[in-house]
Amino acid sequence: MSTNGDPGAAPAGSMTFLGMPTAPRGVGHLRGSEPFPVAARRGLADTQQRRNLAKATASIRAKRAAVVGEVPDWEELREAARAIKAATMAHLDRYLEQLEAQVTARGGVVHWARDAGEANAIVVGLVRAAGASEAVKVKSLATDEIGLNEALAAAGIQAHETDLAELIVQLGQDWPSHILVPAIHRNRAEIREIFLREMGDVDPGLTDVPAALAEAARRHLRRRFLSAKVGISGANFAVADSGALCVVESEGNGRMCLTLPETLITVMGIEKVIPAWRDLEVFLQLLPRSSTGERMNPYTSIWTGVTPADGPRNFHLVLLDNGRTAALADETGRSALHCIRCSACMNVCPVYERAGGHAYGSIYPGPIGAILSPQLTGIEDNPSLPYASSLCGACYDVCPVKIDIPSVLVHLRARHVEAARHVGLLPGPEAITMAAAAWVMASPARFATAQRAGRIGRALGRGGPIRSLPPPLSAWTRSRDLPLPAATSFRDWWRRDHQPGKAPGQHHGEPR
Amino acid sequence: MRIALFVTCLADTLFPGVGRATVELLERLGHVVEFPEAQTCCGQMHVNTGYVRDALPLVRHFVEVFEPYEVIVAPSGSCVGAVRHQHAMVASTGGDEELARRAEAVAGRTYELSQLLVDVLGVQDVGAFYPHRVTYHPTCHSLRLLRVGERPLRLLRNVAGIDLVELPDADVCCGFGGTFALKNADVSTAMLADKMRNVVGTGAEVCAAGDSSCLMHIGGGLSRLRAGVRTVHLAEILASTREAR
Repeated sequence: MSTNGDPGAAPAGSMTFLGMPTAPRGVGHLRGSEPFPVAARRGLADTQQRRNLAKATASIRAKRAAVVGEVPDWEELREAARAIKAATMAHLDRYLEQLEAQVTARGGVVHWARDAGEANAIVVGLVRAAGASEAVKVKSLATDEIGLNEALAAAGIQAHETDLAELIVQLGQDWPSHILVPAIHRNRAEIREIFLREMGDVDPGLTDVPAALAEAARRHLRRRFLSAKVGISGANFAVADSGALCVVESEGNGRMCLTLPETLITVMGIEKVIPAWRDLEVFLQLLPRSSTGERMNPYTSIWTGVTPADGPRNFHLVLLDNGRTAALADETGRSALHCIRCSACMNVCPVYERAGGHAYGSIYPGPIGAILSPQLTGIEDNPSLPYASSLCGACYDVCPVKIDIPSVLVHLRARHVEAARHVGLLPGPEAITMAAAAWVMASPARFATAQRAGRIGRALGRGGPIRSLPPPLSAWTRSRDLPLPAATSFRDWWRRDHQPGKAPGQHHGEPR
Repeated sequence: MRIALFVTCLADTLFPGVGRATVELLERLGHVVEFPEAQTCCGQMHVNTGYVRDALPLVRHFVEVFEPYEVIVAPSGSCVGAVRHQHAMVASTGGDEELARRAEAVAGRTYELSQLLVDVLGVQDVGAFYPHRVTYHPTCHSLRLLRVGERPLRLLRNVAGIDLVELPDADVCCGFGGTFALKNADVSTAMLADKMRNVVGTGAEVCAAGDSSCLMHIGGGLSRLRAGVRTVHLAEILASTREAR
């Protein structure tokens, strides 16, 4: 059995499921440079990050549980959200065209971007047309996904992140490790060092008191808000029937970016559209409670096109595919597109909590990342992610839109195996083991024979448990003993010694 | 009641005492246990590793073996979880809708041990005696696939002589996850380390659970550390009596 989670890397292909194009290589942040188990080792060894994550996720889990517990119809809300998302995905083309018509009618301009490269080119062109050499940004996963900041920098345009955590990440020349709390892997001493080193205009006597750090960021950002001609945002929701865009946030910096600049450019994944205004009612209850553990987030900004003498003069909406249509083509996998980016799944995930977000190699870490990233890129480019889960199911329980993440993980594992089989890369060692095990298990006689053969393994333990095995089973015995096969299997005992109704009065659960 | 035992391939081979305990417990409660000897494996390892196609013959075999029985029990939340939540999917994926329908029907009659005892047989006190300090780990699939909830704890609280102590962060996975323990051995070990720290911290001499697989993982770690805590299946505790001591 292979232990690297990969029965054989399939060759590259830009077209995958049902021939839909996936997110292109060489641009954006959906692919890691290493398989998950290798990258996770670094995260596991980072004791500062381990401590930060354990503390932060435990605290946010408790907050979430408290505010979710006080909503009597939480399960009905989840089901409503699931149903709205499923119905939207079934007619996504229709809702997107409706959204385009509504945004256009209200003075906005809609652009369609097939992938990250097209989206970046559109935004660069729009910023240039506005005559700007810098832009302020609202925290946005879609723009991180496509590597917009790098594309702007290459065109001589400086993008300033204005979300406090995104700012810490940007100044630290780092990468987000959590979708809600991008700098969750940093502690305040590290943040103080980053500010002192990178902010330039900061007070050299800066302490690591959170209020002092926030004040330093506030002063730094205020100058950017007042001078920027272009603001760039993502979107949490886009309402098809009115063309309204919605961004939720905690700091108010997003609202500054959305209202002060002359030109506003919003980059939004096509799956963010919802049919009607009334649908927002469901999601605005679910999102803050699942995300920050608050009843309501502090700032909810909603805008529709442009309004004379109020807010931006120009509004551009960039609708991004970048592999989403390929995900949509998979009836089981498409539920990953229902995600509203709350991060509850990563906050409860024992794998995420220990490995950290960077191990996933994508801007989307944690359980949702493990099912979303491989679908956007094609599984051949993220083959280890569907295996980065013990399938414990904690993510499914907390997901506000009821994405059955464990089932999608299993489904993607099967797609990965089938894809490898299809291109002739199976059978590898794992596939041979699996086929052999299935052959043995399909017949009770073969199974009993295999059990008897396995008893030879008792010699390995010399009376005690097995402490060392050759690869790939050494992956088990490096940290865990393995019991010996029993001298008498259950079925042998049943046949030879079982006397119905006569409890033999054995000692159970005693030291062996 | 006539009850068919699905002992699970793991217990059959590595932990036969779990199967014997299940038989003795049910017989002590006055039921007739049958062991269809043609049984093998539920196929969960294949499905969860991506080999859904290879699991199809195993699902067909399971359905054929257990279809004649009215009530089926397994001492495993995980294997029952596979029967209930995967078998029909495997059959449908393999294009056999008739098998999927039959698998659904068999799954509806297949119970994890604590579910069988509490929901079907209506027992909460099985008359067991187990004079040890025990902490209980509710396995993920029992908890989140089958929703067994408090049933195992209710059964354990009624065991005479037991000193049941609460396990902190009990609902967090031990890191087993089938082939996850091999493919992501380092993360799995980190999860196990936290689970063991919590187990050892209770001062219990026994860590109990309803799944031999999770116990093999936790027990394998505790054994390696010579931690002085052993793992015991729920069925073994419930089968223990004062008379047998």
